[in-house]
Amino acid sequence: MSEFLQLVFSGLTVGAIYALIALGFTLIYNASDVINFAQGDFVMIGGMGTVFLMASGLSLPLATLIAVVAAVGVGLLLHRLAIEPARGASPVTLIMITIGASIFIKGVAQIVFDKQFHSLPAFSGDAPIPIGGATLLPQSLWVLGTAIGLVVALYLFLEHTLVGKGLLATAANRLAAKLVGINVTLILAMAFGLSAAIGALAGVVATPITLTRYDIGTLFALKGFAAAMLGGMGNPLGAVVGGLLIGLLETFGAGYVSSTYKDAVAFLMILFVLFFLPRGLFGGRSVERV
Amino acid sequence: MNGGPTSLLDVSDIGIAFGGLKAVDRVSFKVEAGQVFSIIGPNGAGKTTLFNLVTGIYRASQGKVRLAGEDITGLAPHLLVRRGMARTFQNLQVFFRMSAVENVMVGCHLSERTSFLADLLGLPAVGRQNRVTRERAMELLDKVGLAPLADASAGALPYGALKRLEIARALAASPKILLLDEPAAGCNPVETEAMDHLIADIARSGVAVVLIEHDMKLVMKISDRVLVLAQGRPLAEGPPRAVRDNPDVIAAYLGDHGAREADRAHG
Amino acid sequence: MLGKALRARYTPLLVLAALMVLVPLVSTSSFHLRVAALVWIFALAALGLTILMGYAGQVSLGHAGFLGIGAYTVAIGPVRLGLDPLLCLVLGAAVAGLVAYAVGRPILRLKGYYLAIATLGFGVIVALVLHSEAEITGGPDGMAVSRLSLFGWRVAGAASWYWVTAGALLVGALLALNIAASPTGRALRALHDSEVAAAGTGIDVASKKLAAFVVAAVYAAVAGGLLAAMNGLITPEAASFSHSIELVAMVIIGGLGSVFGTVVGAAFLVVLPQMLTALQEYEQAVLGLLIMVFMIFLPQGIVPSIRAYLMERLP
Repeated sequence: MSEFLQLVFSGLTVGAIYALIALGFTLIYNASDVINFAQGDFVMIGGMGTVFLMASGLSLPLATLIAVVAAVGVGLLLHRLAIEPARGASPVTLIMITIGASIFIKGVAQIVFDKQFHSLPAFSGDAPIPIGGATLLPQSLWVLGTAIGLVVALYLFLEHTLVGKGLLATAANRLAAKLVGINVTLILAMAFGLSAAIGALAGVVATPITLTRYDIGTLFALKGFAAAMLGGMGNPLGAVVGGLLIGLLETFGAGYVSSTYKDAVAFLMILFVLFFLPRGLFGGRSVERV
Repeated sequence: MNGGPTSLLDVSDIGIAFGGLKAVDRVSFKVEAGQVFSIIGPNGAGKTTLFNLVTGIYRASQGKVRLAGEDITGLAPHLLVRRGMARTFQNLQVFFRMSAVENVMVGCHLSERTSFLADLLGLPAVGRQNRVTRERAMELLDKVGLAPLADASAGALPYGALKRLEIARALAASPKILLLDEPAAGCNPVETEAMDHLIADIARSGVAVVLIEHDMKLVMKISDRVLVLAQGRPLAEGPPRAVRDNPDVIAAYLGDHGAREADRAHG
Repeated sequence: MLGKALRARYTPLLVLAALMVLVPLVSTSSFHLRVAALVWIFALAALGLTILMGYAGQVSLGHAGFLGIGAYTVAIGPVRLGLDPLLCLVLGAAVAGLVAYAVGRPILRLKGYYLAIATLGFGVIVALVLHSEAEITGGPDGMAVSRLSLFGWRVAGAASWYWVTAGALLVGALLALNIAASPTGRALRALHDSEVAAAGTGIDVASKKLAAFVVAAVYAAVAGGLLAAMNGLITPEAASFSHSIELVAMVIIGGLGSVFGTVVGAAFLVVLPQMLTALQEYEQAVLGLLIMVFMIFLPQGIVPSIRAYLMERLP
């Protein structure tokens, strides 16, 4: 029983990170139909940025702030320089652009940072908290807490502010949004900025547990994408649930079946959803079939 | 006289519902070889949906379609072409990055005899087949009056030419029955006249033509029989004059203006 | 006249052959010949992809997976099953073809970025298996590969490999050009433009797509086998996501659907890192930048853009 609980804790923790990445995917996808491959790299910028800033003497909160701002900057640049000029391109071209962007960001990260694994000290210490025969890391609470906080904040923003509603409107029908005077380009830029911020924050709180390196973005992006698909592409609630599910499935798979193929779980899940559950769990936009 | 022992096309009680809405509801009609059969009705009446049902793009929730006696309900589109049914599309599904003649050459696909292996190895048979196909395609382009534009990129052709290109491509499959979705849409009077002659020509050669059309003059002039659809249901079916004079049809669709037009066409 | 030559079917092949003869005349250094051989190998793999993406309009972001299958068959066969390496090259192609057939049927029902992601997932899973089944594949460090013998002649040395890989590429290019000018090629191009209309002419769209997918897999597997035999060593890196992306980049940068363009693209992406060895750190950043710039500004690719430019200005 305690082993089971332990796996649940680990699974939810890593799942929360996937959920945040999936949420970032969903934001951008909803606003623009673009699948942003560089999503995972925002996580990396948050983590690596904070590590290096702290190493040069800054406090954790300040380093985090600057790293997140940097990530947002990268997100906005990505939108302005790579996505906007290619408006109207085919889906494959757009994917290749974001893949290129991801490779570029990784390439720059190697130079600006380095190629080693790095970690951050746990925010409130390492003393594991015993619960029901299993132990919970304090950092896990930070991860889960941040995830809940960000999801709630995003919900409030989207549902209760004018700007947020503008984003929802653009997501629902871009032409209509334009016609009522919503500046769609600005909305799209904001979607990128927000996704970057969410991703970067997730990266900061996750680093004490998962470590960080210049190239962790790719795998995170793919798993986050799997989560978004599982929940239903374009559905924010689905993204969160999908993320938690993938985290749990992955951890349980590693614990009970095989730890070598842990990463395969997310990919198998992608294929499973594509073939058997095209609208995802909560009915996102469906996959086109011939 | 319609409905012989085995009509070429026999559609019975075909229907489909999207969500709760019955887009096509128990429609039946028969078409004989060499006949020109028109389907008319207001926008949203379900005409293109009916076409899509007959040509296998949609799966019918009820009813049957028989082609030359064989039950073809639910067969995939590419299999229907083999059995002699070809169609054009309302929204012009032309191969835009290929030339006009290449478009029609693709239409000859079923008559081409080279295997994948032969194609891969570039055997002499492939060159011969290419020549034969090209000749055939040029003949068809000539028939629809597009021969001078053979090597032009389809993407650069004007709308009227594209409509004729689609017909040439459909004829390349040597169909027994041709379904044309709004062949005269967007055509000026000269083009419509040309379309009129083309359709008559095709019917004379023994190919049945089923068309969806909004141009009443054309419909009344060339049709052997007309089916009127409204809100997915059949409203009337019969020779053009009978349909034109049918009070339900006049009320639902033709209206005063249309009835006068029809009168003018038939004198 | 030049315009007519540009349009003739086998011109790309002749230019390619001329190029292949020219390179060793310009330089006999082993290093240069090895780099050129790598260009021919990757061009071969990318050629399959150009048939799939350029002719048939599909996409595969996991193509290096097939390259890995071909490579590892050539590695594993002789060492663990005592088979002849040349036979394993053929066997690798067959295995890749079968896998492509099995996986392709469900996957090709998807379109657009869903197809892209599904193929990506496939590629990653293949790389993962090659990485993890250490007993068979040697794990992350890979395994050594025996020398290839072509009908008794042991292929060894940069010059020999240069000619073997050049020959393989020429054959691959010939086949690709043949397909393009055949009924099958027209069918593929048709379904690229409109699947509905293609089906309306009697084309069995699903089976044509699958054929293109299998052919592309075979190309990649042969290239992979040659790569393994030439290097004498293979690691799971060969089937990695990065390699898949590089293959796609070669095709798109050089020219989607253009045989010669694909070779140009391969040359571009193989030679570039070699030239940047001094700036090795910048390799990834430059690659990423190149991909973005080409995708945004020149999505047609280099060779078709040049050809279009020339055709406009020539009789």
